[in-house]
Amino acid sequence: MMAAILSSELMALFGHFLLLSLLAIGGAITVAPDMHRILVGEMGVLDDAQFSSSIAIAQAAPGPNVLFVAVMGYQAAGLAGAAATMFGIMLPSTTLALAAARWGHARREWRAIRAFKAGMAPLVIALMFSTSWILTAQTPGWKHVLLTVAAALLVWRTRIHLLWLIGAGAVVGAMGWV
Amino acid sequence: MPDPSLSQPASKTDLFWTFTVLALQGFGGVLAVAQRVLCEQKRWLTREQFLEILAVGQVLPGPNICNIALMIGDRFFGWRGAFAALAGMMAIPAVIVLVLTATYAEFAAVPAVAGALKGMGAVSAGLISGTALKLLGALRNNPMGVAVCGVLLAAMFACVALLRWPLVWMLLVAGLGACTYAWFRLAAERRDPA
Repeated sequence: MMAAILSSELMALFGHFLLLSLLAIGGAITVAPDMHRILVGEMGVLDDAQFSSSIAIAQAAPGPNVLFVAVMGYQAAGLAGAAATMFGIMLPSTTLALAAARWGHARREWRAIRAFKAGMAPLVIALMFSTSWILTAQTPGWKHVLLTVAAALLVWRTRIHLLWLIGAGAVVGAMGWV
Repeated sequence: MPDPSLSQPASKTDLFWTFTVLALQGFGGVLAVAQRVLCEQKRWLTREQFLEILAVGQVLPGPNICNIALMIGDRFFGWRGAFAALAGMMAIPAVIVLVLTATYAEFAAVPAVAGALKGMGAVSAGLISGTALKLLGALRNNPMGVAVCGVLLAAMFACVALLRWPLVWMLLVAGLGACTYAWFRLAAERRDPA
Protein backbone atom coordinates (compact mmCIF):
# COMPACT_ATOMS: atom_id res chain seq x y z
CA MET A 1 0.00 0.00 0.00
CA MET A 2 2.81 2.37 0.93
CA ALA A 3 4.45 2.17 -2.48
CA ALA A 4 1.22 3.26 -4.09
CA ILE A 5 1.37 6.70 -2.49
CA LEU A 6 2.33 9.35 -5.03
CA SER A 7 3.86 12.69 -4.29
CA SER A 8 0.60 14.31 -5.39
CA GLU A 9 -1.14 12.30 -2.68
CA LEU A 10 1.41 13.47 -0.14
CA MET A 11 0.64 17.05 -1.10
CA ALA A 12 -3.07 16.29 -0.76
CA LEU A 13 -2.49 14.86 2.72
CA PHE A 14 -0.47 17.92 3.67
CA GLY A 15 -3.17 20.25 2.33
CA HIS A 16 -6.02 18.47 4.13
CA PHE A 17 -4.19 18.61 7.43
CA LEU A 18 -3.28 22.28 6.97
CA LEU A 19 -6.99 23.04 6.82
CA LEU A 20 -7.90 20.74 9.71
CA SER A 21 -5.29 22.48 11.85
CA LEU A 22 -7.27 25.70 12.06
CA LEU A 23 -10.48 23.84 12.87
CA ALA A 24 -8.95 21.88 15.74
CA ILE A 25 -10.16 24.01 18.63
CA GLY A 26 -9.79 21.88 21.74
CA GLY A 27 -7.03 19.75 20.26
CA ALA A 28 -6.38 17.66 17.17
CA ILE A 29 -8.58 14.86 18.46
CA THR A 30 -11.66 17.07 17.95
CA VAL A 31 -11.20 16.81 14.17
CA ALA A 32 -10.61 13.05 14.23
CA PRO A 33 -14.00 12.45 12.54
CA ASP A 34 -12.89 14.62 9.62
CA MET A 35 -9.58 12.79 9.45
CA HIS A 36 -11.49 9.54 9.24
CA ARG A 37 -13.60 10.90 6.40
CA ILE A 38 -10.49 11.97 4.47
CA LEU A 39 -8.05 9.12 5.15
CA VAL A 40 -10.42 6.16 5.24
CA GLY A 41 -13.18 7.51 3.05
CA GLU A 42 -12.02 9.91 0.33
CA MET A 43 -8.37 8.91 -0.07
CA GLY A 44 -8.64 5.30 1.05
CA VAL A 45 -5.08 5.26 2.41
CA LEU A 46 -6.05 3.75 5.78
CA ASP A 47 -8.57 1.13 6.86
CA ASP A 48 -10.72 1.41 9.98
CA ALA A 49 -8.46 -0.77 12.11
CA GLN A 50 -5.39 1.27 11.20
CA PHE A 51 -7.28 4.45 11.97
CA SER A 52 -8.29 3.44 15.49
CA SER A 53 -4.96 1.78 16.23
CA SER A 54 -3.27 5.10 15.40
CA ILE A 55 -5.11 6.81 18.23
CA ALA A 56 -4.50 3.92 20.62
CA ILE A 57 -0.76 3.78 19.92
CA ALA A 58 -0.30 7.51 20.48
CA GLN A 59 -2.28 7.31 23.72
CA ALA A 60 -0.05 4.54 24.99
CA ALA A 61 3.21 6.21 24.00
CA PRO A 62 4.75 9.08 25.94
CA GLY A 63 4.35 12.56 24.53
CA PRO A 64 1.58 14.80 23.27
CA ASN A 65 -1.54 13.01 22.03
CA VAL A 66 -1.37 14.96 18.75
CA LEU A 67 1.30 12.48 17.66
CA PHE A 68 -1.57 10.22 16.61
CA VAL A 69 -1.59 12.38 13.50
CA ALA A 70 1.98 11.34 12.73
CA VAL A 71 1.03 7.70 13.26
CA MET A 72 -1.81 8.03 10.76
CA GLY A 73 0.51 9.62 8.22
CA TYR A 74 3.06 6.90 8.79
CA GLN A 75 0.54 4.09 8.36
CA ALA A 76 -0.74 5.76 5.19
CA ALA A 77 2.55 6.64 3.51
CA GLY A 78 5.59 5.90 5.67
CA LEU A 79 7.91 8.58 7.00
CA ALA A 80 7.03 11.04 4.24
CA GLY A 81 3.37 10.62 5.15
CA ALA A 82 4.10 11.21 8.83
CA ALA A 83 5.93 14.41 7.94
CA ALA A 84 3.11 15.56 5.66
CA THR A 85 0.32 15.07 8.21
CA MET A 86 2.33 16.29 11.21
CA PHE A 87 3.67 19.48 9.63
CA GLY A 88 0.25 20.08 8.12
CA ILE A 89 -1.56 19.86 11.45
CA MET A 90 1.08 21.90 13.31
CA LEU A 91 2.08 24.78 11.01
CA PRO A 92 -1.06 26.93 10.95
CA SER A 93 -1.99 26.44 14.61
CA THR A 94 1.54 27.12 15.87
CA THR A 95 1.86 30.30 13.83
CA LEU A 96 -1.49 31.51 15.07
CA ALA A 97 -0.76 30.58 18.68
CA LEU A 98 2.53 32.43 18.63
CA ALA A 99 1.01 35.57 17.12
CA ALA A 100 -1.98 35.51 19.48
CA ALA A 101 0.18 34.92 22.56
CA ARG A 102 2.39 37.88 21.72
CA TRP A 103 -0.57 40.11 21.01
CA GLY A 104 -2.18 39.16 24.32
CA HIS A 105 1.01 39.37 26.36
CA ALA A 106 1.78 42.87 25.09
CA ARG A 107 -1.69 43.94 26.20
CA ARG A 108 -1.89 41.91 29.40
CA GLU A 109 -2.91 44.94 31.50
CA TRP A 110 -5.90 45.67 29.28
CA ARG A 111 -9.16 45.04 31.03
CA ALA A 112 -10.46 42.92 28.14
CA ILE A 113 -7.43 40.63 28.32
CA ARG A 114 -7.67 40.31 32.09
CA ALA A 115 -11.39 39.62 31.74
CA PHE A 116 -10.68 36.92 29.17
CA LYS A 117 -8.23 35.15 31.46
CA ALA A 118 -10.47 35.44 34.51
CA GLY A 119 -13.58 34.35 32.64
CA MET A 120 -11.92 31.38 30.96
CA ALA A 121 -10.21 30.03 34.10
CA PRO A 122 -13.15 28.06 35.54
CA LEU A 123 -14.13 26.84 32.05
CA VAL A 124 -10.66 25.48 31.37
CA ILE A 125 -10.73 23.56 34.64
CA ALA A 126 -14.18 22.23 33.75
CA LEU A 127 -12.79 21.00 30.42
CA MET A 128 -10.06 19.09 32.21
CA PHE A 129 -12.65 17.35 34.38
CA SER A 130 -14.68 16.67 31.23
CA THR A 131 -11.73 15.08 29.42
CA SER A 132 -11.12 12.84 32.40
CA TRP A 133 -14.82 11.95 32.59
CA ILE A 134 -15.13 11.15 28.89
CA LEU A 135 -12.01 8.97 28.95
CA THR A 136 -13.40 7.09 31.95
CA ALA A 137 -16.93 6.76 30.63
CA GLN A 138 -15.94 5.34 27.26
CA THR A 139 -14.41 2.24 28.88
CA PRO A 140 -16.99 -0.32 30.02
CA GLY A 141 -16.85 -1.80 33.51
CA TRP A 142 -16.20 -0.16 36.88
CA LYS A 143 -12.85 -1.41 38.22
CA HIS A 144 -10.90 1.06 36.11
CA VAL A 145 -12.92 3.88 37.68
CA LEU A 146 -11.42 3.03 41.08
CA LEU A 147 -7.97 3.27 39.51
CA THR A 148 -8.81 6.63 37.98
CA VAL A 149 -10.16 8.04 41.25
CA ALA A 150 -7.16 6.75 43.22
CA ALA A 151 -4.76 8.31 40.71
CA ALA A 152 -6.64 11.63 40.85
CA LEU A 153 -6.49 11.75 44.66
CA LEU A 154 -2.80 10.88 44.72
CA VAL A 155 -1.92 13.59 42.17
CA TRP A 156 -4.01 16.11 44.03
CA ARG A 157 -2.83 15.38 47.54
CA THR A 158 0.72 14.02 47.25
CA ARG A 159 3.92 14.75 45.40
CA ILE A 160 4.36 11.16 44.25
CA HIS A 161 6.12 10.96 40.89
CA LEU A 162 3.59 10.60 38.08
CA LEU A 163 5.57 7.78 36.46
CA TRP A 164 5.00 5.59 39.55
CA LEU A 165 1.27 6.03 39.07
CA ILE A 166 1.45 5.21 35.36
CA GLY A 167 3.65 2.21 36.16
CA ALA A 168 1.24 1.00 38.82
CA GLY A 169 -1.60 1.33 36.31
CA ALA A 170 0.35 -0.72 33.79
CA VAL A 171 1.05 -3.47 36.33
CA VAL A 172 -2.52 -3.62 37.61
CA GLY A 173 -3.74 -3.72 34.01
CA ALA A 174 -1.25 -6.38 32.88
CA MET A 175 -2.36 -8.62 35.76
CA GLY A 176 -5.86 -8.36 34.37
CA TRP A 177 -7.35 -6.61 37.40
CA VAL A 178 -9.06 -3.79 35.55
CA MET B 1 6.03 40.35 36.65
CA PRO B 2 8.98 40.14 39.03
CA ASP B 3 7.95 37.31 41.30
CA PRO B 4 10.81 36.33 43.66
CA SER B 5 9.54 32.77 44.08
CA LEU B 6 9.81 32.09 40.33
CA SER B 7 12.84 31.08 38.31
CA GLN B 8 13.67 30.99 34.60
CA PRO B 9 15.02 28.53 32.07
CA ALA B 10 18.77 28.93 31.76
CA SER B 11 18.91 28.67 27.97
CA LYS B 12 17.09 27.43 24.91
CA THR B 13 18.84 24.09 25.42
CA ASP B 14 17.40 23.99 28.93
CA LEU B 15 13.94 24.63 27.41
CA PHE B 16 14.41 21.87 24.84
CA TRP B 17 15.46 19.24 27.36
CA THR B 18 12.95 20.26 30.01
CA PHE B 19 10.14 19.82 27.51
CA THR B 20 11.66 16.57 26.22
CA VAL B 21 11.84 15.08 29.73
CA LEU B 22 8.38 16.41 30.46
CA ALA B 23 6.89 14.90 27.30
CA LEU B 24 8.54 11.54 27.92
CA GLN B 25 6.77 11.30 31.28
CA GLY B 26 3.40 12.07 29.74
CA PHE B 27 1.56 8.86 28.96
CA GLY B 28 -1.95 9.49 27.68
CA GLY B 29 -1.47 13.25 27.75
CA VAL B 30 1.11 15.71 28.97
CA LEU B 31 -1.00 18.24 30.84
CA ALA B 32 -0.61 16.76 34.32
CA VAL B 33 3.16 16.42 33.97
CA ALA B 34 3.42 19.92 32.52
CA GLN B 35 1.72 21.43 35.55
CA ARG B 36 3.91 19.40 37.91
CA VAL B 37 7.19 20.22 36.18
CA LEU B 38 6.61 23.85 35.15
CA CYS B 39 4.87 25.10 38.30
CA GLU B 40 6.19 22.86 41.07
CA GLN B 41 9.63 21.59 40.05
CA LYS B 42 11.09 24.26 37.75
CA ARG B 43 8.95 27.09 39.13
CA TRP B 44 8.89 28.89 35.78
CA LEU B 45 5.19 29.73 36.20
CA THR B 46 2.70 30.24 38.99
CA ARG B 47 -0.45 28.15 39.08
CA GLU B 48 -2.38 31.24 37.96
CA GLN B 49 -0.05 31.86 35.00
CA PHE B 50 -0.32 28.20 34.00
CA LEU B 51 -4.09 28.48 34.00
CA GLU B 52 -3.97 31.70 31.94
CA ILE B 53 -1.72 30.14 29.32
CA LEU B 54 -3.96 27.11 29.29
CA ALA B 55 -6.97 29.35 28.66
CA VAL B 56 -5.30 30.92 25.64
CA GLY B 57 -4.17 27.51 24.41
CA GLN B 58 -7.70 26.22 24.81
CA VAL B 59 -9.49 28.78 22.63
CA LEU B 60 -6.89 28.64 19.85
CA PRO B 61 -6.91 25.79 17.39
CA GLY B 62 -4.22 23.16 17.75
CA PRO B 63 -3.04 20.89 20.54
CA ASN B 64 -3.26 22.76 23.88
CA ILE B 65 -0.08 21.37 25.19
CA CYS B 66 1.90 22.37 22.09
CA ASN B 67 0.46 25.88 22.29
CA ILE B 68 1.56 25.99 25.91
CA ALA B 69 5.12 24.97 25.01
CA LEU B 70 5.22 27.63 22.32
CA MET B 71 3.95 30.40 24.54
CA ILE B 72 6.31 29.58 27.39
CA GLY B 73 9.32 29.31 25.10
CA ASP B 74 8.41 32.56 23.38
CA ARG B 75 8.01 34.41 26.67
CA PHE B 76 11.55 33.58 27.78
CA PHE B 77 13.55 33.45 24.54
CA GLY B 78 11.39 34.78 21.69
CA TRP B 79 10.52 32.67 18.66
CA ARG B 80 13.69 30.62 18.95
CA GLY B 81 12.66 29.69 22.48
CA ALA B 82 9.19 28.82 21.24
CA PHE B 83 10.69 26.55 18.63
CA ALA B 84 13.10 24.97 21.13
CA ALA B 85 10.27 24.18 23.56
CA LEU B 86 8.00 22.77 20.86
CA ALA B 87 10.80 20.73 19.28
CA GLY B 88 11.66 19.36 22.73
CA MET B 89 8.07 18.32 23.22
CA MET B 90 7.75 16.61 19.83
CA ALA B 91 11.06 15.31 18.47
CA ILE B 92 11.96 12.32 20.64
CA PRO B 93 8.35 11.33 21.41
CA ALA B 94 7.67 11.31 17.65
CA VAL B 95 10.53 8.88 17.07
CA ILE B 96 9.27 6.65 19.89
CA VAL B 97 5.69 6.60 18.67
CA LEU B 98 6.76 5.74 15.11
CA VAL B 99 8.98 2.89 16.34
CA LEU B 100 6.03 1.62 18.39
CA THR B 101 3.81 1.82 15.32
CA ALA B 102 6.28 -0.18 13.28
CA THR B 103 6.34 -2.92 15.93
CA TYR B 104 2.76 -2.60 17.14
CA ALA B 105 1.38 -5.57 15.25
CA GLU B 106 3.59 -7.96 17.22
CA PHE B 107 2.43 -6.69 20.60
CA ALA B 108 -1.20 -5.89 19.98
CA ALA B 109 -2.35 -9.48 20.43
CA VAL B 110 -0.64 -10.06 23.81
CA PRO B 111 -3.37 -9.80 26.48
CA ALA B 112 -0.97 -8.48 29.14
CA VAL B 113 -0.04 -5.59 26.84
CA ALA B 114 -3.67 -4.75 26.16
CA GLY B 115 -4.37 -4.92 29.91
CA ALA B 116 -1.41 -2.70 30.74
CA LEU B 117 -2.59 -0.12 28.22
CA LYS B 118 -6.03 -0.15 29.77
CA GLY B 119 -4.56 0.36 33.24
CA MET B 120 -2.35 3.19 32.03
CA GLY B 121 -5.33 4.80 30.34
CA ALA B 122 -7.32 4.70 33.57
CA VAL B 123 -4.46 6.27 35.50
CA SER B 124 -3.90 9.01 32.93
CA ALA B 125 -7.58 9.96 33.13
CA GLY B 126 -7.05 10.28 36.88
CA LEU B 127 -3.95 12.44 36.40
CA ILE B 128 -5.98 14.96 34.45
CA SER B 129 -8.72 15.33 37.05
CA GLY B 130 -6.14 15.35 39.86
CA THR B 131 -4.39 18.26 38.13
CA ALA B 132 -7.73 20.01 37.69
CA LEU B 133 -8.36 19.61 41.44
CA LYS B 134 -5.02 21.29 42.11
CA LEU B 135 -5.78 24.19 39.80
CA LEU B 136 -9.07 24.84 41.62
CA GLY B 137 -7.06 26.77 44.21
CA ALA B 138 -6.14 29.33 41.56
CA LEU B 139 -9.79 30.36 41.33
CA ARG B 140 -9.67 31.91 44.83
CA ASN B 141 -8.21 35.14 43.42
CA ASN B 142 -10.60 35.24 40.48
CA PRO B 143 -12.43 38.59 40.18
CA MET B 144 -15.70 36.77 39.43
CA GLY B 145 -15.72 35.32 42.94
CA VAL B 146 -15.54 31.69 44.01
CA ALA B 147 -19.29 31.05 43.88
CA VAL B 148 -19.72 32.24 40.29
CA CYS B 149 -16.62 30.29 39.25
CA GLY B 150 -18.11 27.18 40.83
CA VAL B 151 -21.41 27.57 38.99
CA LEU B 152 -19.66 28.19 35.65
CA LEU B 153 -17.41 25.20 36.18
CA ALA B 154 -20.30 22.88 37.02
CA ALA B 155 -22.40 24.12 34.09
CA MET B 156 -19.55 23.74 31.61
CA PHE B 157 -18.81 20.22 32.88
CA ALA B 158 -22.48 19.25 32.62
CA CYS B 159 -22.76 20.52 29.04
CA VAL B 160 -19.47 19.13 27.71
CA ALA B 161 -19.04 15.90 29.68
CA LEU B 162 -22.60 14.81 30.41
CA LEU B 163 -24.65 16.30 27.57
CA ARG B 164 -21.75 16.15 25.07
CA TRP B 165 -22.60 19.48 23.50
CA PRO B 166 -20.05 20.63 20.91
CA LEU B 167 -17.00 22.15 22.53
CA VAL B 168 -16.64 25.02 20.08
CA TRP B 169 -20.14 26.35 20.79
CA MET B 170 -19.75 25.93 24.52
CA LEU B 171 -16.46 27.83 24.47
CA LEU B 172 -18.11 30.57 22.46
CA VAL B 173 -21.29 30.91 24.53
CA ALA B 174 -20.04 30.18 28.05
CA GLY B 175 -16.72 31.88 27.31
CA LEU B 176 -18.35 35.08 26.09
CA GLY B 177 -20.72 35.13 29.04
CA ALA B 178 -18.01 34.51 31.61
CA CYS B 179 -15.56 37.00 30.09
CA THR B 180 -18.24 39.70 29.90
CA TYR B 181 -19.14 39.16 33.54
CA ALA B 182 -15.45 39.25 34.51
CA TRP B 183 -15.08 42.49 32.53
CA PHE B 184 -17.79 44.16 34.61
CA ARG B 185 -16.38 42.73 37.85
CA LEU B 186 -12.95 44.14 37.04
CA ALA B 187 -14.52 47.54 36.37
CA ALA B 188 -16.37 47.43 39.71
CA GLU B 189 -13.15 46.40 41.46
CA ARG B 190 -11.36 49.43 40.09
CA ARG B 191 -14.07 51.84 41.22
CA ASP B 192 -14.36 50.27 44.64
CA PRO B 193 -11.02 48.71 45.63
CA ALA B 194 -11.99 46.51 48.55
